[in-house]
Amino acid sequence: MPSRGIAGKVAVVAMGCSQFGERWDSSADDLLLEAIADCMASAPKLDKEDIDAYWLGTLSSGMSGLTLSRPLGIGDKPVTRVENMCASGSEAFRNACYAVAAGAYDVAMAVGVEKLKDSGFSGLLRQDPPGDGTAPELSMTAPAAFSLLDPAYCAKYGVPAEEMRQAMTHVAWKNHLNGARNPKAQFRSPVAKETIDNAPKVAGRLGVFDCSGVADGAACAVVVPAEHALRYTENPMYVRALSLVAGSGLGATDPDYDYTSFPEVVRSARDAYQQAGIDDPRTAFSLAEVHDCFTPTEIVLMEDLGFTDPGQSWKDVLAGDFDADGRLPINPDGGLKSFGHPVGASGLRMLYEAWLQFRGEAGQRQLPDPHTALTHNLGGRPGTCVSFVSVVDREPGH
Amino acid sequence: MQGLVGYASYLPRYRLAGGDIGVRRGDRVVAAFDEDSTTMAVAAIADIPRSRSADALYFATSTPAYADKTNATAIHAAIGLPLDALAVDLCGSGRSGFAAILAAASTGGIAASADVRVGRPGSADEKLGGDGAAALLFGAAEPAIAEVLAVASLTAEFMDRWRATTSVTGEQWEERFGAQRYAALIRDAVERVLDTAGLTGVDHVVLTCPNSGIVKRAATLVKGEKSVVTSPIGFSGACDAALALCTVLDTAEAGETVLVLSAVDGCDAMLLRTTSALTQARQPHPVSAQRAGGLPVAYLTYLSWRGLVQLEPPRRPEPDRPSGPAAGRSALWKFGLCGSHCDACDFIHLPPGRVCKRCGATDQMSGVPVAGLRGTVATYTVDHLAYSPSPPVVQAVVDVSGGGRFTCEVADAEPEQIRVGSPVEFSFRRLFTAGNVHNYFWKARVAGPLDGRHHA
Repeated sequence: MPSRGIAGKVAVVAMGCSQFGERWDSSADDLLLEAIADCMASAPKLDKEDIDAYWLGTLSSGMSGLTLSRPLGIGDKPVTRVENMCASGSEAFRNACYAVAAGAYDVAMAVGVEKLKDSGFSGLLRQDPPGDGTAPELSMTAPAAFSLLDPAYCAKYGVPAEEMRQAMTHVAWKNHLNGARNPKAQFRSPVAKETIDNAPKVAGRLGVFDCSGVADGAACAVVVPAEHALRYTENPMYVRALSLVAGSGLGATDPDYDYTSFPEVVRSARDAYQQAGIDDPRTAFSLAEVHDCFTPTEIVLMEDLGFTDPGQSWKDVLAGDFDADGRLPINPDGGLKSFGHPVGASGLRMLYEAWLQFRGEAGQRQLPDPHTALTHNLGGRPGTCVSFVSVVDREPGH
Repeated sequence: MQGLVGYASYLPRYRLAGGDIGVRRGDRVVAAFDEDSTTMAVAAIADIPRSRSADALYFATSTPAYADKTNATAIHAAIGLPLDALAVDLCGSGRSGFAAILAAASTGGIAASADVRVGRPGSADEKLGGDGAAALLFGAAEPAIAEVLAVASLTAEFMDRWRATTSVTGEQWEERFGAQRYAALIRDAVERVLDTAGLTGVDHVVLTCPNSGIVKRAATLVKGEKSVVTSPIGFSGACDAALALCTVLDTAEAGETVLVLSAVDGCDAMLLRTTSALTQARQPHPVSAQRAGGLPVAYLTYLSWRGLVQLEPPRRPEPDRPSGPAAGRSALWKFGLCGSHCDACDFIHLPPGRVCKRCGATDQMSGVPVAGLRGTVATYTVDHLAYSPSPPVVQAVVDVSGGGRFTCEVADAEPEQIRVGSPVEFSFRRLFTAGNVHNYFWKARVAGPLDGRHHA
């Protein structure tokens, strides 16, 4: 049975986001307070006491609801910590929306946070339970896992390696250019394509500029029943679809899987479009925030989300279709690439960009009259992943 | 004594250039960072047909991966020997290698021996040693490729070579002292064993000894009508005699006598006579072919493999030690590389699962051994960020012939030689060591005309 969804039932009435980056001076607690203060400032009519329940998404910056209730000084409220790898922030949002749609609470807050830069290591750290030592994830880092997309894509579609390299470079170049217009982004300088091409290699053909920024940060949203939204703000953001798919890991064990697509993304997008009543994803959106953890990921996602045909994305990327002034702006805030990727915060950060764009608060990167946005958040790696897709709208009904 | 029914050797792929270690010609055979005596023994045994049904395994090494834990059990698990097969270690010296042969010849079973010989930089052990493994299968169930005619063992206590139990590198007295003692012991042993067999001469002599003075004089010490053979890779510890015997068996004709002399803290002798079954049962990768190939390793990298220098690691955390109970539960996969086959839809799960990912059938699985199969590279990458004792890590998604896919590291990798579609075989390796626990698992190894172990 297809999911019914909660289209039209829930609205976002406040959002906030911390500065992302190497926040040596800030703890996870500080980042949470910064994002929540920013959020509350966006809705002066909303009081902290109005919030009935909290959902906190974090991969590894704390356990349990206490990670939020203690620094915030929340007493005797339900606080739930959720974790779905890099989609943890989206998961917090999804659960808060469902709680409000179910009528259990009038006001719920979803928060995501990640403090990555205290470890002293490069990249993300894994927190696996004790195991038998055979899992490939133990010795294969995320960039290596996603680098598998590049040769597989080239082989399947006959894309010359050099042109694929140019497409990957274009994704990084575009997202750095977008991030340069974003005061909260980790990286706020355009990067020349030559610099991207010649960067030291991390895994496969992925250089450092093909990888998202390892950042500290937090972001949050307050959701209420849609019919209450105007009590809190004149410009709420309406939730049209929320979809989450956790794959069985089939691809990692199935010789038929070819590493040129995320079947989990295809399924979650199809589910979200059905919930939202979207027939043509190419024309439905004013912008999309997608999980550009590594440059080939963004290329493949354009196809999996239905923004272009299989095998066509690299050409569309090079044609500028997904640039800020293209037919469908992708990651106008800079994406994971240059806004930075504080894991648990990223899903909410994507929604934050839609929120700003709809309200006309996106500053230098403001798009003309945006009305509908998609956010896509991925956890895991090709072959074994979870995928989240949301559709949010400026207007209440469609 | 039971007959010898199969044999195989394993030489690691890496070579240390002679120029790096003060050897004028040639190179030295060295085990990779992810190999130890246990993994190399697995590689040797796996090349003997029907070794999986052996009912005993005697494993000899002077470089055991563990103390207080039997190393042969990991070999037993990796080969897939039956539960009721004895698997024991004989840890110590080259003499332990001969003890394994004597034991296997007495009861039937596998005599496996392997060593990683480490010398201090600049030492004779570094120049003149070699790393490798050999396995001999004895039994009564099959036609013997060689019969044991006689054995003799002489024991003598004197200080030629020794190593503190806490040290990876050993020491030697003045070579001429040991050489003098060994020469007398060898002559005595030869006389006794020929006397027992009622022979006056032999076709082939295998003479191995940790004393290089003896090795240099081998041909003058003992006469062989057709050949006198010493270690093919330099002194290789517990596997020295068995490895040298493998080189003779690679080329000997039917009905020839082979006298194996292992002069270590005495002298052990075993006299064999080959049979007509030998020519049909030679090992698939002759020692000479394995020795001829090789992949150079930089001296500094080699020293880091042996812990003699510490290189700057990637900025990544060291892995956790594998869990004993978790490894125990998954021993069939972790050590045996056995997946599961869904009896409902034929989908193969690597690692094994209980619920079929394709058709959803639950607990309708049967085991699928994969270790002896080949596969092809579906896609691959080179990971410069991942933790490894020797970065970068090369990883491949491997589709196994006959079905199934899994992702694993590539052993002995030359990244520029790997392609989508490259054929691979599987090799039992030590991925890393954490908390004094060795994390054994299988890697893929590119199969092809790269060296003697790779037949295109």
